[in-house]
Amino acid sequence: MSSAPHRFDSHAATGQPAIEPERYEFFSPPAHHFHLARRDFFKLLGAGVAVFASAKSAAASAQETPASSRGFHNENLPNDITAWLHVGEDGTVTAFTGKAEIGQNIRTELAQTVADELRVPFTSVRMVMADTALTPFDAGTFGSRTTPTMTPQLRRVANAARDIFINAAAKEWNVAPDTLQAAGAKITNPATGRSLTYAELARGKALAQNLPAEDPVTPPNEWTIAGKSIPKVDARAFVTGAHQFTPDMTRPGMLQGKVLRPPSFGATLISCDDSAAKALPGVVTVRDGDFVAVAAPTEHQAQQALAALRAQWKESPAQISNANLFPQVKQKASEKSDDRHRGEQGSVESALAAAQRRLDATYTVAFIAHAPLEPRAALAEWTRDANGEKLTVWTGTQRPFAVRDELAATFRVPDSSVRVIVPDTGSAYGGKHTSDAALEAARLARAANHPVRVVWTREEEFTWAYFRPAGVIEIKSAISPDGTLAAWEFHNYHSGASGIETPYVIPNQRTEFHPVNPPILRSGSYRGLAATANHFARESHIDDLVHTAGLDPFEFRMKNLKEQRLRSVLEAAAKSFGWPGKKAQAGQGFGLAVGNEKGSYVATCAEVTVDRASGSVKIVRLVEAFECGAIVNPDGLRNQVVGAMIQGLGGALFESIEFENGRITNARFSRYRVPRFSDVPEIEAVLLDRKDIPSAGAGETPIMAVAPAIGNAIFNAANVRLRSLPLIPRGLKA
Amino acid sequence: MATSLEISVNGKRHAVLYPPDTPLLVVLRDELGLTGTKYGCGEGQCGACTVLIGNMPRRSCQVPLSAAVSQPITTVEGLEQNGNLHPVQQAFLDAGAFQCAYCTSGMIMSSVALLRQTPNPSPAEIAKSLQGNICRCGTHPRVIEAVTRAATAIGQGRTR
Repeated sequence: MSSAPHRFDSHAATGQPAIEPERYEFFSPPAHHFHLARRDFFKLLGAGVAVFASAKSAAASAQETPASSRGFHNENLPNDITAWLHVGEDGTVTAFTGKAEIGQNIRTELAQTVADELRVPFTSVRMVMADTALTPFDAGTFGSRTTPTMTPQLRRVANAARDIFINAAAKEWNVAPDTLQAAGAKITNPATGRSLTYAELARGKALAQNLPAEDPVTPPNEWTIAGKSIPKVDARAFVTGAHQFTPDMTRPGMLQGKVLRPPSFGATLISCDDSAAKALPGVVTVRDGDFVAVAAPTEHQAQQALAALRAQWKESPAQISNANLFPQVKQKASEKSDDRHRGEQGSVESALAAAQRRLDATYTVAFIAHAPLEPRAALAEWTRDANGEKLTVWTGTQRPFAVRDELAATFRVPDSSVRVIVPDTGSAYGGKHTSDAALEAARLARAANHPVRVVWTREEEFTWAYFRPAGVIEIKSAISPDGTLAAWEFHNYHSGASGIETPYVIPNQRTEFHPVNPPILRSGSYRGLAATANHFARESHIDDLVHTAGLDPFEFRMKNLKEQRLRSVLEAAAKSFGWPGKKAQAGQGFGLAVGNEKGSYVATCAEVTVDRASGSVKIVRLVEAFECGAIVNPDGLRNQVVGAMIQGLGGALFESIEFENGRITNARFSRYRVPRFSDVPEIEAVLLDRKDIPSAGAGETPIMAVAPAIGNAIFNAANVRLRSLPLIPRGLKA
Repeated sequence: MATSLEISVNGKRHAVLYPPDTPLLVVLRDELGLTGTKYGCGEGQCGACTVLIGNMPRRSCQVPLSAAVSQPITTVEGLEQNGNLHPVQQAFLDAGAFQCAYCTSGMIMSSVALLRQTPNPSPAEIAKSLQGNICRCGTHPRVIEAVTRAATAIGQGRTR
């Protein structure tokens, strides 16, 4: 991801003199970040039992590390000991996590996990999430990391709390702790039949414990609350409209902010006359470097003020258009591949040279947008107390601590003076990693001396967020007469390395990712990252090889795949789908694709019908089998899997950001087509529950086999091989 | 110029001082604090701002205030009565027909309008009438299930 969009130049941003003494401490992560002291913690939440732990113990080893000057320092986590769990005198359990709820239903899943391990009813658990003042440090909610890292962490925490209660009861009764049992929010002594509730044990106490290094947690086959389809927590607030997303929040005296955007990518501001805007009643304007923005009491006034700004821009001469996109990608990509993602085995050159059947092909993937229905938004408020200035920002972000750090760095205040709170957010899909709206709202609030809310318009969201990177993928391959793969050379240019490694058994292979630095346009994470692009290319190419060899796509994969979990999802999908499909009508086609990424496994089967005369393609049916270890919430997982399949239809079939001379020409829903009801085929998700395998995340991988399965089905139906995503933005032209 | 206009929202009359061409959405959210109605696109394409004007589903970002004065307006906040959810709200809850739920208010309002017009819609009819409501999380099959359940519940006498 490219750097933050705003570098505020003037000292007005910081309220400091123009010549700033060197303050390096502001630009390196704090060695210690002191959250609430234990005493203060109990003062805040009341007496009871609490478990503390270092954030390091929960460090998510993130699969992706968005480049940022600071803010993502997983190598350098603060050593602070923070509270993870509190049980109050009324038995209410509060658990703390820096993860954010963005529609993936993790609030429910984490509460289930805590309840399960602590042996309390699900309804007694409250999750406090993504609040930098209250929750432990967290790198961010991305990479499908919450389930594999946060559920075990919260289990360990809940387990430690259970130990506190057991020890407290043992002391009370003067018996050995290991003779007691924890269940139903109480400790029971089976020998005497006596019991004490957690609430009774917590009463009047301030018992705290650090997380022990090792303490075995409950295995999945003994789960009682986890593993069940518990409905979304707070769901009622969403169907009544009561839940407040960031754009719904207000503060007393709040102004609405709007930012002046450049006419095209890379344009720089030459001049801006804000006198007419400033003359409007109640309007505040800010000019700081290239950042020009207004704030006013109402939306209407803010719009008028924005329209009254007279700005001159110098546009960048080298402008991107769709026509030259892929040649540019190849041209700008580094010859040298990224070593971290380089794989080599055997000799590709000699295997290719010796091969009787070779296939070389190039695939392309367009830039696409996340288009979360809740656009980027932030509400910022500066306050002053005895300890100095404080900044509070409510914003829908996947990385609250990184946003806090960027705000602190930008405004040159200590991290401890900035609090970022993430209300449960109207989705993100990897698109809300940056601090754009937070910086804008905070800069305006600083100038206006009022709280300011900035809500991006849909056009801003499409244009000034960041994109899933476009890419070019080149494959050279060879197949042996016995139907095994002899050689495989795979180069991804620009789009990314996720899922780049082939799961097929191939003796001679080379895999390389060639980054473009800086990326063409502002690019960043998107659900599944480049795994969708890499699987599209690989599985389309494999399908071509299968066809060349005259084999069945399922049989061929079973022959060339060794990994048992991968074979299991493939078999499950094929079985539910009824592979091989029998063609009952002209234009009907069946395709399948398979893959694994981020510890989970997916196979997707597609049925399409193609009308060659009109070029119309109908996706009739999708069947997907998915396996991510032990399932924490089956209904929540099913919702995620089906949702990813439907979202995947967009990128597979028609989503593409269109550029003309550095401008986006389809930055609105009337021109950028996303899946709607009429696009949704018959869908079946087959979930394999592996209680013997630790749970992996499920937010991303279910998206990545949709496009190749459909592409392969179109080939099967019409004998046309499509090698670009989106596959059929304008139907299938003969 | 700001003009004083009277609108009826969820059974209550409100005098509001706004330019008559102000989108109803802005007045509902910023003036009346009815933030259940969402901004999603500002061009009537996503359906997140859907409200009922009379019995008709309308995109409130496209309705000027002056066009909203003659008939009663219902927002998602006006569906619940005496603490009881509307059958459509209950059905969305029961079917788990949401993920991030930012589209949910609009989906519910469009569905309420559909069921007033067509009490027993087929899945195809539901899909057709919700075509203008975008869900980015991909909960479409659950939404269709929820509307079908709501139709049954209303048919069984929980009339609304």
